Amino acid sequence: MALDILQEKGVPLDKQVFTWKDLVRRPYSKLDDDAFTRVCVIYMNGIMADALRTKHAFARMNRELREPLALIRRLEQYEQTLINWLNPPDQTPLETTLGFEQVAIEVTASVALREPDPYLAQTYRFGLLEDFDHLYRYSALYDRIEGKDPNNITQSYTDIIPGRPTSVEHRHPLDDLRRPYDKRTAHPLTKLHAMSITAAENQTHDYYMTVGPFFSDPVARQLYAEIASIEEQHTSMYESLLDPGESMLEKWLMHEACEVYNFYSCVAFEKNPRIKEIWQRFLDYELGQLHYVKEIFQNVERRDAAEVLPSTLPEPIGFKEHRDFVRKTLNQEEDMASNGQDYVRMADLPRDHRSYIWRDQLNSDGSPSETVAAGYKWIPGTELASRTPRMGSTFEGKKVH
Amino acid sequence: MKTTTSDMGRNRTGVATSPIDSADITQEAQKHQPSHLGDGSLLLQVRKIYARESEGLGSVPPPTSLKGVAKTAVEALKGSKPTVFIDKLGERLAFERSGTRLYEGALAKFDVYGSWEGGPTREGLEKIYNDELSHFLMLTEALKSLGADPTAMTPSADVTAVVSQGLPLLISDPRANLRQSLEALLVAELTDNACWEMLIELARDLGHDTLADRFQLALDSEGQHLLWVRGWLAAGVSVEARGAPAREERAGTQPRV
Repeated sequence: MALDILQEKGVPLDKQVFTWKDLVRRPYSKLDDDAFTRVCVIYMNGIMADALRTKHAFARMNRELREPLALIRRLEQYEQTLINWLNPPDQTPLETTLGFEQVAIEVTASVALREPDPYLAQTYRFGLLEDFDHLYRYSALYDRIEGKDPNNITQSYTDIIPGRPTSVEHRHPLDDLRRPYDKRTAHPLTKLHAMSITAAENQTHDYYMTVGPFFSDPVARQLYAEIASIEEQHTSMYESLLDPGESMLEKWLMHEACEVYNFYSCVAFEKNPRIKEIWQRFLDYELGQLHYVKEIFQNVERRDAAEVLPSTLPEPIGFKEHRDFVRKTLNQEEDMASNGQDYVRMADLPRDHRSYIWRDQLNSDGSPSETVAAGYKWIPGTELASRTPRMGSTFEGKKVH
Repeated sequence: MKTTTSDMGRNRTGVATSPIDSADITQEAQKHQPSHLGDGSLLLQVRKIYARESEGLGSVPPPTSLKGVAKTAVEALKGSKPTVFIDKLGERLAFERSGTRLYEGALAKFDVYGSWEGGPTREGLEKIYNDELSHFLMLTEALKSLGADPTAMTPSADVTAVVSQGLPLLISDPRANLRQSLEALLVAELTDNACWEMLIELARDLGHDTLADRFQLALDSEGQHLLWVRGWLAAGVSVEARGAPAREERAGTQPRV
C-alpha cells in the first residue's frame, strides 16, 4: 500500500531516543542472513552518512538553520550507528567491499529500470556497468589472496563477470559531469533516485579510502586506490545530476523524503524480522523528521511543501537480483564513454581526447585491476576448484600430487 | 541464544542453497572470457617489486641504561648480535601479555556458555591465566636485566601480533561460544610451545644459561596448557557430535596430565 507521507506524521523528534545498548545490536549473520539484508544495511548506512554530510555542509553556510540542523543531525547520527554496527565482526573489509559492489549493482539497476528521465536512466546504466566490473575485480582479489569464494557473500544473486573494464573507466574530471534535472519539471522519483545513488556512491568512496590501507598486499592497496578513484568519479557524476538551483531548504526537505523513501523500501523487502523492525522504526523516525522540516520550509520559504513533495511514495526500490537487465545493458552499452555531458561510443572518441590522455597517464605504470583479474573466471568453490580436476580423484586412493 | 556450534540452520553461503540461480551465474561466468590475459601469478610479481623496495617492519630500540650499552658492546665484541635476543624476548613478552587477555575472555565465555564433560573448569582456565601473567612478568624482568625496554614493541612482537590478529577477534566476539573460543586458545598454545623452545635454544647459544633455566620452567607449564586445551577441545567436539547439550553450570573436569 502506498505511503501518504503528508498524512503519516511518524514519531515526533522528542520521542526519538536511544541508549548505547540500543545502538549496538546483535549483528546479522554473514552465513545465515540473506545477501539483501547486508545490501540494505550497507546501503542505508550510505543514505544516513549522506544525510549527515549534507547537513554539515548546510550548517557551514547558513546561520539561521544551524539549530534545527544540529537537532536532526544528532538523531541521524544515532540511526547511522545502529545500522552500520549491524555489520558482523567476522565480515572482513574485503567481504564488506563485495557487499558494497552488490549494493552498487542491484540498487543502481533497480533505479535505472524505474527512472522516468531517459538521460538520467542512461547515466545509471553507465555507472552500473562500471561498478559491475568492480565486483569482478574484487572477487578475483578475494579468491586470489584469501582463497575464498566471493559467491559466499553475493549468494548467487549477482553475476561475477567483467563489465566495462575498470582500467578504461578513468576519465578526465570534466567528462564526469552531467546535466542536472530541472527542479520544476523533474518527476519526484527522479530527485529521490539522484539523491540516493549519490549517497551510495559517496559512502563507497569513503569506505574504500578508509579500508584500503588495511591491506598488506600491494596489489590490493593499488586496487583500492584505483577503484576509490572511480568512486570519486561516480560521486561527481551522480552529484552533478542534482539541480544546483534548488534552495537549501528545498534540498533538505527532499533529503528527508529520500530517507523516508529508502527506509520504506527496506521495510518492503527485508526478510529478517529483527532487522525489519529497525527499518520500520526508522521509517517512523524519518517521517517525524520530515514533518519537522516541512514546517520550517513552509515558515521560511512561504511555500506549500506539497509543491515539492510527492504525496504518496513511489514503488519501493527493488532489493532483488537484476541479472537479465544487467546482462542486457552489458551487451548493448559496454563500450559507452562520455564526452563532456554526452554519451558516445568509445570508438567515436578521438584518440587525442583528454580522457584518453588522463587514463593512459594513470595506467602507465601498470593497471592493478588488470593484474588482479588476469585470466580470472569465477567458478563455484574458487578458481582453485577448476585446477583440481586435473589431479583426478584423491578420494579413491589415487596418487596425491 | 546459546546454540551448540554445529546446529543445522539457514546457511546461505553455498551454491546448493539456490540451485537455479547458481547454475545460471556459473553458466554466464563460463561464457565470458576474462578481459585480460595472464593468471594469478601477476599479483606475486607486483609483491616482489614492492618487497625489493621495502625497508622492513622496524627496528629494536637501543639499550635504556649504561649497563645495557656496555652489555651490548660486549656481545657485539663476542661477534653476536644482541638485538636478535632482545627482539625475540620482546615477542614472547607481547604474546604472553595478549595471551593473558585471551584467557580473561575465555573465563567470561565459561560463565555464559558453561562447560561440558571433559571440558575446562574455571580453576583450569584461571591456572593458565595466572601462568601467562607470570610469564609476562618474568620476561619483563629478563629484558630489564639486559638493559632493554620491556615496554617497546619489537619487530618480532609486531610480527606475532599480526599473525595472531584473529585470536582476540574471536575470543571477544560474544557469538563465539566456549568451544569455538578454545580453537583460538589451541592456536595460541601451539605457537607458545614452539616459540618458548626456540627462545630457550637461543638463550643457551648466547650463553644466557640462567635465563634459559627459568624459561624452561615456563615451557614446562606451557606444555601442560597445551595438553589441557587440546583435551578440552577434543572432548567438546566429541560431546557435540554425540548431540549432548553443553551444560550451563561448572561441570567440566580437568583432563589428567
